[in-house]
Amino acid sequence: MSRVNEIVSEIMVTGRALYQSFRNKGGPYAKKLLALPNDSLEKTISVALALCVVCAILVSGSAVALKSIQQDNKARDIKKNILSVVGLMQEGVDINQAFSRIEQKIVNLNSGEYDETIDPATYDQRKAAKDPAMNLKIAKGDDIAGIHKRARLAKVYLLRNGDRIEKIVLPVHGYGLWSTLYGFLALEGDGQTVVGINFYDQAETPGLGGEVVNPRWRALWPGKKIYDESGTSVIGLVKGVVDRSKLGSEYKVDGLAGATLTSNGVTNLLRYWTGKQGFSLYLQKIRNQRG
Amino acid sequence: MEAYLSLFIKAIFVENLALAFFLGMCTFLAVSKKISTAIGLGVAVLVVQTLTVPVNNIIYNHLLKEGGLAWMGLPDVDLSFLALLSCIGVTAAIVQILEMVLDRFFPALFNALGIFLPLITVNCAILGGSLFMIERDYNLSESIVYGLGSGLGWALAITAMAGIREKLKYSDVPEGLQGLGITFITAGLMSLGFMSFSGIQL
Amino acid sequence: MSSETRKIILDPLVDNNPITLQVLGICSALAVTSQLSTALIMCVALTTVTACSSASISLIRNHIPSSIRIIVQMTIIASLVIVVDQILKAFAYDASKQLSVFVGLIITNCIVMGRAEAYAMKNPPLQSFIDGIGNGLGYSLILIVVAVIREMFGSGKLLGNVVFPLVQDGGWYVPNGLLLLPPSAFFIIGLLIWGIRTLKPVQVEKPDHSIIPTAHGTDVHLEVH
Repeated sequence: MSRVNEIVSEIMVTGRALYQSFRNKGGPYAKKLLALPNDSLEKTISVALALCVVCAILVSGSAVALKSIQQDNKARDIKKNILSVVGLMQEGVDINQAFSRIEQKIVNLNSGEYDETIDPATYDQRKAAKDPAMNLKIAKGDDIAGIHKRARLAKVYLLRNGDRIEKIVLPVHGYGLWSTLYGFLALEGDGQTVVGINFYDQAETPGLGGEVVNPRWRALWPGKKIYDESGTSVIGLVKGVVDRSKLGSEYKVDGLAGATLTSNGVTNLLRYWTGKQGFSLYLQKIRNQRG
Repeated sequence: MEAYLSLFIKAIFVENLALAFFLGMCTFLAVSKKISTAIGLGVAVLVVQTLTVPVNNIIYNHLLKEGGLAWMGLPDVDLSFLALLSCIGVTAAIVQILEMVLDRFFPALFNALGIFLPLITVNCAILGGSLFMIERDYNLSESIVYGLGSGLGWALAITAMAGIREKLKYSDVPEGLQGLGITFITAGLMSLGFMSFSGIQL
Repeated sequence: MSSETRKIILDPLVDNNPITLQVLGICSALAVTSQLSTALIMCVALTTVTACSSASISLIRNHIPSSIRIIVQMTIIASLVIVVDQILKAFAYDASKQLSVFVGLIITNCIVMGRAEAYAMKNPPLQSFIDGIGNGLGYSLILIVVAVIREMFGSGKLLGNVVFPLVQDGGWYVPNGLLLLPPSAFFIIGLLIWGIRTLKPVQVEKPDHSIIPTAHGTDVHLEVH
């Protein structure tokens, strides 16, 4: 405690010294200003101005000084999530090094083709979804994920083994109960089998809908299938626990207990992004290439 | 039009600022002893909210947002870290201006609402409304509807609370729970009720 | 520590607690208490902001024109909150993601403003700083108690470590889902107030009205105080 007292009193002494030197050396104007009655117009305006300057320096100083660390955090967080969804994230792994194995590609969702004209490293899909020049309004009937508009181009992440695509990571998002859930869905190279799912940005009820980030629930996903024989996306969450003995259980995952609406949201956003409006054309092409 | 109506209803009931997001609780609990004062505060919040959300929307979209300064030839400037400061500044300024305008032109209204206005500057419902507007990226007309709806929702909640508290005086509350304690429990029960609106898709 | 300092720090913990007695700063208390870890970070952030804002407001208290008093206090508080928010984003990224808008809402937390107006405007900087810490701790105490109850009985964990193994993981504890929903914080604070006031009857509020039982036992009369 005495240490804290010491530091505080030191700050106080410095502050007082600054104030004194402002009083003494700040010229006659400063002296006059400090002596003015508090409610005079001149003093009101100068106090307001001085406060603005001090606060502006403090706020913008901290924002500018910390910006690079913050952006770094954000980028690392995204990388960490992508690595963890394909199972490359282990304790003590260097994130940047592990991520160098992952290839980023831009996909045109309407055609399912790669778009090579845009640099994937600088493309921001979340920003593009808001930009009228780069997004697409979703018709009300199609908008099962509740997102209103989406970017025309999507950024996918591929893990290759030689020429062969081993794993595909697709960005997905959609509305749950309170918030938009942003996440990644990882598929095997067959564009059909789930490798993992991970939501990196969500604000659902902690403990209920917020359990979408629970590792135990996420462990239910690997091996599930997306498309049925007709090629329709039928993956989804069910209420309660999936009965493994029943037909079609490979398309179903246990719902989140006590969070029906978040569960519905997850089902809807997955069906949207793996459906015709989303990546189904692209995944179709990947399957065809594999033969 | 339909979209605005659903946003409006949603802001009042489903996403009620007081009972679903717990914003503005301090004043909600402190100024809900009588229906008449509760209505006064409710109206004041409604008015301020309807003004601040659109004003903040304009400021955020044209000055602070990344690329918002493009009209000045500065497309790369990102001042969004100032959003908090500008939101609270705008709220304080609007409250102060409103106070002066009411005092000068509508003295009767000023007498009714005047004492509540200073309370509103520190009401998190107002700041929360503006922050939600930014987070959800509403456009100007949506933000007008949202401001109106969320303000109305808050006014509704505090009036209902005051109604319940006026009736509570007929009940035999244990000594330690008297006043604040029972108010907390009542608010909890009310918000449980409001939770049944949650997730309704409109 | 002098007895004066001790009083400034300890007084707001129980005897004059900002949450249970002065009804201040409740909004954030409800929203961030479903996990102890977020509650702890919130406590540190709020205590820092309260202490620093009280100290800096008190430093210039003799030169603040009364007509712009509120907005001066507001600006100082808002700047400090932004700085704290930026620091959290830089050094505690995961936590800042979970707290989202609630760090920003410290600005409107009535404790900060209340201490600035009620204490810092009249007292020297050092005392104001300590007073800010004391009130921050008072807020923290309630927040931590509520968060411990909610996390322990709502999800069987404490700071993410399993305390009661849950039934769905093969344990024995059936978690109480209500505790994870925000209304439960109201109930817990309500009951805490009841507890504190039973121990310290001085804090009990006078009822506006009370019921007098009559000789017949069935009718009641209202007595207005």
